[in-house]
Amino acid sequence: MVSSVKSSAGAGKSKTTKTKSSPQEIAIDALHVTKIYRGDTDVLALDDVSVQIRKNEFFTLLGPSGCGKTTLLRLIAGFEHPTAGMITLEGEDISLLPPYQRPVNTVFQSYALFPHMSVAENIGFGLEMLGKPKSEIDRTVDNMLELVKMTELKNRQTSQISGGQQQRVALARALAPRPKVLLLDEPLSALDLKLRKQMQIELKRLQHETGITFVFVTHDQEEALTMSDRVAVMSEGNILQVGPPREIYDHPAERFVANFIGDTNFITAGLVSIGKSSAKVKLPSGKTVAAALPQGGISKSDAKGKVTVVIRPEHARIGKAASNSTLSGTLQNIVYIGTDTHYHLELPKGDIFIIRSQNQRDFEESHRVGKKYGIEIGPGAVQVLRD
Amino acid sequence: MSTDSHLIQASTSAETAQQNETRRHILLTTPALIVLFCAASGPLLIMAVYSFLSPGDYGGVQWSFSTDGWFGVFMQRDIFDDTLTIADAHVSILWRSVKLSLMTTIVCLIFGLPTAYFIATRPASSRNLWLFMVTIPFWTNLLIRTFAVMELIRNQGVINTALKSIGAIEEPIQIMFTDFAIMIGMTYVYLPLMVLPIYASMEKFDFRLVEAGYDLYASRWNVLKRIILPLVKPGIVAGSILVFIPSLGAYVTPRILGGGKNLMLGNFIALQFGQGRNWPLGAALSITLLVIVMVALLFYVRGVGKSGNAHG
Ligand SMILES: Nc1ncnc2c1ncn2[C@@H]1O[C@H](COP(=O)(O)OP(=O)(O)O)[C@@H](O)[C@H]1O
Ligand SMILES: [Mg+2]
Repeated sequence: MVSSVKSSAGAGKSKTTKTKSSPQEIAIDALHVTKIYRGDTDVLALDDVSVQIRKNEFFTLLGPSGCGKTTLLRLIAGFEHPTAGMITLEGEDISLLPPYQRPVNTVFQSYALFPHMSVAENIGFGLEMLGKPKSEIDRTVDNMLELVKMTELKNRQTSQISGGQQQRVALARALAPRPKVLLLDEPLSALDLKLRKQMQIELKRLQHETGITFVFVTHDQEEALTMSDRVAVMSEGNILQVGPPREIYDHPAERFVANFIGDTNFITAGLVSIGKSSAKVKLPSGKTVAAALPQGGISKSDAKGKVTVVIRPEHARIGKAASNSTLSGTLQNIVYIGTDTHYHLELPKGDIFIIRSQNQRDFEESHRVGKKYGIEIGPGAVQVLRD
Repeated sequence: MSTDSHLIQASTSAETAQQNETRRHILLTTPALIVLFCAASGPLLIMAVYSFLSPGDYGGVQWSFSTDGWFGVFMQRDIFDDTLTIADAHVSILWRSVKLSLMTTIVCLIFGLPTAYFIATRPASSRNLWLFMVTIPFWTNLLIRTFAVMELIRNQGVINTALKSIGAIEEPIQIMFTDFAIMIGMTYVYLPLMVLPIYASMEKFDFRLVEAGYDLYASRWNVLKRIILPLVKPGIVAGSILVFIPSLGAYVTPRILGGGKNLMLGNFIALQFGQGRNWPLGAALSITLLVIVMVALLFYVRGVGKSGNAHG
């Protein structure tokens, strides 16, 4: 899979991915896009957002409900128009085109299948509207049915098929006209967990087979990490960070990103020195460790000598009782969850530090609540945040 | 559609359940059927009987069998030599009634569809206010509403006076006492009957489908033709029926706006029971009207059902 190759090649060093990506062609380019919904009270849904989506990538907009994901998608589709800024598709300004003139299709969250048409008629609708000859429509519909494995249900009414099947029809319908960009607004949120997992893989396969640029919206961080080539993390009308899943997870640039994706320990540390891509920080324990800097770096004056660093729970290990570790704390809680055990340690200042440790079969828990343990931090596990 | 699920899982238990259900339905509808019979079928039966009797000298009927009433619907006997000819006057009244009712239905549809669309696309909070406004005319007596229309269109009325004062016309436009006047009146009176059922089906319409249509390269016209119209068809059918039927039998509006000479079927029937003193003919005409309506509806509903899909 593209994402894994890319991220393992650039493991950690964000520089690598950057130089590699620059010559790639751009599908969607949003330039300083602002969207304000006018009403009794104006809503600033997007606040000067700029983002580039590359051709043939699986791009995900990730963020909590209300952060403006749907708005950005609807601006690309043409259902809304930007209050300020511009959106181009393969270099052409599409900001003012109506939706039916944009070579972009949408898979709606509600599927929005036409209830008075059969499965095949739904899939053929776009091509029909484009004025394609009947023979071509029939052929494409058959191909699409095969692609989403729905050939047997071709002549069913859309009310006579299950939710998962409706999902596939919605996908096939949006793919049939071969759009330059396919927009998907939380398409899996209505499915149960098992079906959702299955469809995640299916979507990835479809993107691969069709070579169409996918812009996928979700509020589920796991889904975003699993499926995407690149993820844009959004909050309150802004895009905070864009990058491959590994970069987003391992090198969050802001507190919100670190917090929204996965579990995180936040620690306030003193800044000792700043290098090109890494810095030295002094942890509360007095130990100085190397820490990765976020993309774009931080300036010393910003930080006023204090920075927030993050350490993922699985990048730390619980150490010996009395040790000379980087950090140490009193064990407060042991939570066994099958695959892992979580250790909650209280740092001298009162903060809780969580360590996640993968379980071995038949292993004996030897740690005791109330005792003091060292916290061993792996090399490269400390990440400085921008704020 | 929910009934489809019955078709799919046609196990025996489902069948007996359905039989029980049907029996319960019959029981529950019995009171309604009795009322319907007394209120609708009873008078109809009387009409049917009367149409085969002879007219009384001062109205009413004489209890002697006669087919003259039915004869009179389409034929007339010459006063001098008793030869039979087609009753041109009756046929033309019939034709005018059907024509005017059809035109009224079409004009109501042309105005009613956008109105219903407009209301259905307002925010939910203001929809009721719009609906309320549509129904306001119902609060007034039909006669008064018709006089109001007359006040607008008569030679010294609002429209002609206004046109004259801006110099658009020299002489008033003669609208009163024409078929056009009847149509204006009936359109005004029956428009809410078109708007309300269309609104009811549009309210259930999922407007996200419109976006889906636009997304799939459908123009505004195609969205209307391929997505909105097929899905609100039940409302359009209901509205058209609700406008067409009372138009065909209209009495007050053609009487006032059409003057004495532009009779419609309703007036003509009333005439037979009044000055005409020919109750059997009136009864036969009434039943003819009923048959026309039923046949028209049959064709209409069939035609609409066929042109669309199972959804209609
Ligand atoms: N049509 C609208 N009118 C007014 N406000 C809207 C409209 N659509 C969305 N919003 C507001 O804009 C913000 C972003 O919404 P949205 O893009 O739907 O977020 P998301 O898809 O990330 O949940 C929210 O505060 C929402 O309430
Ligand atoms: Mg949304």
